[in-house]
Amino acid sequence: MSAPAPTPSLTVGPFFHGIVRPGANVLVGPQTRGERIRIEGCVYDGDRAPVTDAMVEIWQANAAGRYRHPLDERPVPLDPAFIGFGRSATEEAGAFWFETVRPGPVPFRGDTLQAAHINVAVSARGVLDHLFTRLYFEDDAATAADPILRLVPPARRATLLARRLPSDGTALYRFDIVLQGDGETVFFEL
Amino acid sequence: MSSTRRDPATYPPYFYEAYRATVRRSPRHPPVRLPVTLSELTGPGPAVSQVSTEDADLTRNMGTGEEAIGERMIVVGRVTDHRDEPIAGALVEVWQANAAGRYRHKVDQHGAPLDPNFLGWGRCLTNADGVYRFVTIRPGAYPWENHPNAWRPPHIHFSLLGPAWGSRLITQMFFPGDPLLALDPIFNAVPAPARERLVAHYAHDVTQPGYALGYRFDVVLVGPRATPAEPFEASARDRQ
Ligand SMILES: [Fe+2]
Repeated sequence: MSAPAPTPSLTVGPFFHGIVRPGANVLVGPQTRGERIRIEGCVYDGDRAPVTDAMVEIWQANAAGRYRHPLDERPVPLDPAFIGFGRSATEEAGAFWFETVRPGPVPFRGDTLQAAHINVAVSARGVLDHLFTRLYFEDDAATAADPILRLVPPARRATLLARRLPSDGTALYRFDIVLQGDGETVFFEL
Repeated sequence: MSSTRRDPATYPPYFYEAYRATVRRSPRHPPVRLPVTLSELTGPGPAVSQVSTEDADLTRNMGTGEEAIGERMIVVGRVTDHRDEPIAGALVEVWQANAAGRYRHKVDQHGAPLDPNFLGWGRCLTNADGVYRFVTIRPGAYPWENHPNAWRPPHIHFSLLGPAWGSRLITQMFFPGDPLLALDPIFNAVPAPARERLVAHYAHDVTQPGYALGYRFDVVLVGPRATPAEPFEASARDRQ
């Protein structure tokens, strides 16, 4: 039997906002366990103009490092008050934001761990297939030895590191996404 | 078959000059190939399950108690993986213009009427056989700014969240026999042999007598490169 042919992707277009429900960018509730963090960023095009019609999606492990998914069978606790999926549409200035928890580390292979990270997918008008990237934390010492970051040319690694900004209370991180040109974000093929 | 997700025989290139918005929004660097880890093999599909049955009827989900105007249609399809196994519990989200070609959206300036009884988006989960089903109205064509006298062929936008982050898909469904397809730079960004996979088939067995026309649009999700049964073998192979 021949394998079925994959369905091609196409752009999300400019009119996707119906699927970005109010509150879809807030992943935490009062019962959620773990350290609250806020992530802010902008999406830019090759002219450094803001992309005002992008959809940024994130998928992450909970604060203990467990994904809410049947394939993650490790003896790490699930958090009933945390799914780990979020969506944010960019506004007039190209800005998006999320409120979530700092994810715990997840395995690479064998006993090795990956540095804490958030999986990111970027869709927009003019982007014919969503772009995968990852958000790591600049102030996390584990990034230095992370097996995925080591696959990225050193000069481009900084595009994957969210910068810690001064804030009261909740830790605030800045993560811009540059689709093209100087400082172009590293995107991954899965 | 190629197990690489971005098989160039299937996926459109990021840079496709005829679709002008790609010119400044397409990455110049090739993507970095990622060994598959738990991060890519998991995904939100199985956990996102709060979907009500009303969400799948776009002729009524505006909630006004009145019905949307347009030619009613039923869209059904089977969502499978690259081995033709059904994907149950996938979240399928759709959005579309109304029968006049107008989106309920603040940046849609097309001078066609809004329909007070048409919201324009819906969602459902695939059943145990991987099948989804929407009731909606046929969307209209609409003009856009890409080039002089540019019109998008009628289409329904689809977002699918299957079992894995790496198999996430966003695409568009088109209608058979549409003369606008040959003129649409977005449709034509897809490699020629793969374009027909985005065209629904009229399905008389889905058509409901005296009520609505039926269309079938099956979706095949691929990637990440490993299969769930042997996630780390595959990534070990990648390393060599
Ligand atoms: Fe559209």
